[in-house]
Amino acid sequence: MTAVETAPPAGGPAGRAGRRARAAEMSDRGRAERRLGLLLSAPAVIVMLVVTAYPLFNALYLSLFSYRITAPDDRRFVWFGNYVTALTDGLFWQDVFTTFVVTAITVGVELVIGFALAMVMHRALFARRTLRTAILLPYGIVTVISGFAWLYAFDLQSGFVNAWLGLGDYDWFGGRWSSLFVIILSEIWKTTPFVSLLLLAGLAQVSNDLDEAATVDGATAWQRLWRVTIPNMKAAIMVAVLFRTLDAWRIFDNVFVMTSGQNQTETLSFLTYRQTITRTAIGLGDAVGVLLFLSVLLIAVVFIKGFRVDLSQVRGDR
Amino acid sequence: MESGRSKVLWIVGAVLILVWSIFPVLWIVMLSFKQPGEIGNRAGFFPKTWTWENYRTVFSTDLFTSALINSIGISLIATFIGVTFATLVAYAIARLEFPGKKIILSFALAIAMFPVVSLVGPLFNLWRDIGLYDTWPGLIIPYISFALPLAIWTLSAFFREIPWEMEQAAQVDGATTWQAFRKVIVPLAAPGVFTAAILTFFFCWNDFVFGISLTSSGQARPVPAALAFFTGESQFEQPTTAICAAAVVVTIPVVVIVLLFQRRIVAGLTSGAVKG
Repeated sequence: MTAVETAPPAGGPAGRAGRRARAAEMSDRGRAERRLGLLLSAPAVIVMLVVTAYPLFNALYLSLFSYRITAPDDRRFVWFGNYVTALTDGLFWQDVFTTFVVTAITVGVELVIGFALAMVMHRALFARRTLRTAILLPYGIVTVISGFAWLYAFDLQSGFVNAWLGLGDYDWFGGRWSSLFVIILSEIWKTTPFVSLLLLAGLAQVSNDLDEAATVDGATAWQRLWRVTIPNMKAAIMVAVLFRTLDAWRIFDNVFVMTSGQNQTETLSFLTYRQTITRTAIGLGDAVGVLLFLSVLLIAVVFIKGFRVDLSQVRGDR
Repeated sequence: MESGRSKVLWIVGAVLILVWSIFPVLWIVMLSFKQPGEIGNRAGFFPKTWTWENYRTVFSTDLFTSALINSIGISLIATFIGVTFATLVAYAIARLEFPGKKIILSFALAIAMFPVVSLVGPLFNLWRDIGLYDTWPGLIIPYISFALPLAIWTLSAFFREIPWEMEQAAQVDGATTWQAFRKVIVPLAAPGVFTAAILTFFFCWNDFVFGISLTSSGQARPVPAALAFFTGESQFEQPTTAICAAAVVVTIPVVVIVLLFQRRIVAGLTSGAVKG
């Protein structure tokens, strides 16, 4: 019988010993399987490597030069000069601060709204389909277009928000914080569905028995939420927070459409883009890009090591 | 359990969700039917006179029509190739024992967290050197690589649920290897592949950063990038209503896909993230 080895029940000693015995007698088959596995994975891995690894090392290399595309002959090796330039510039730190504010507020608000949405979807007695469709709509919409939608709603020329709220000629995009408010609003609208779907999946895993047992023991709804539901879906919550934090940290599209970084609303991604593509200051831009990359790495490490976010579920190993 | 009062609360919640989701989209639709001149006077939510003018304008603008063709073509090709690659990987991960499984999955996860903008400078240089700047492949390649992680997880999660033993059962019953695969496995795997295709398509359709950085003309520029640089017919008219008409056109496929396949999309988004 030449059964293909499907994963035996994990952890069972018999299964493991059996696998070892089989491995000894089927080493040829094992080798063939290994080859096939690597062969099937090769195209995807190669594409991912070519587009990420090479440009990343290229960025690291070029960030050590003072280099503008418009003046290729003036390319000079300046060690970490670009990094010093970036890190000692007030503008860089202002952008870091802006990015941080946007990230903190959006992720915080989205967790609350997303959880509420997930609860409504989880307990919906009717119109489940309609609700799901409505929630998925912002998820599917192109980010640039959601940016335009909110821009035109608040805009002095075309907006209705001022008329509805009786604000007269208040210029939302005239100041830093009011601009950021609208940017944050659009970001929340666009990405809360993603959070709520992750949390919905987490909610589905909390068994009803626990909830009922707590009810029998006389717990209030509030206590059940905080003592039973939330602790039991901690993994899903942490995954949602990690993903959204990294996503918000890279915010770019709606900032570009709504303010183009005017009025001190520039974010780190936007600064990177402006230096590399708009100003063609490749060296300095790549240095900012590398710093952005490092900050993402730092956030991921803090979450995964510090808060012990369990990514095995995301990665799908069992 | 459910008292009358809490029922009312749930209904209110549901209505709020509907309004919250649909309202901004509705606003874009309303603007797209207004006359360009009606914008400045803040005339409220609904158009005074409904008009198709903006749609005529965008479809007679070469910039938009070429961008639409670029978007559709590039997204479909990238989706097709990306999902094919991801299917191969997911199959290997679900069925075969080979070293590097975990590494591949972790690597995919790392790419999903990658700040795309960091690569824009080097890619911009590289593409100009090898002639991919402002071409379809120049966008298709980055789309594939950044959409792959999501497709790989989604498919791995789906494929792990497939009862692969059925293939052998069919072979025992006298089917050839190829028949067993085609008649038993393909129908079981198809829904997952289809879901991954939808999510990948959304990703490509949505891209903006590559679209503005790696293109410079109507030759390869996709719609979101074209809209951001759209300045309108004349200097005296705000392009607002025309942009909204274009935005509605680009949103139609999204709405159709969501309406038809919402259950699939939800399953796909939640399967890879949390063990279901």
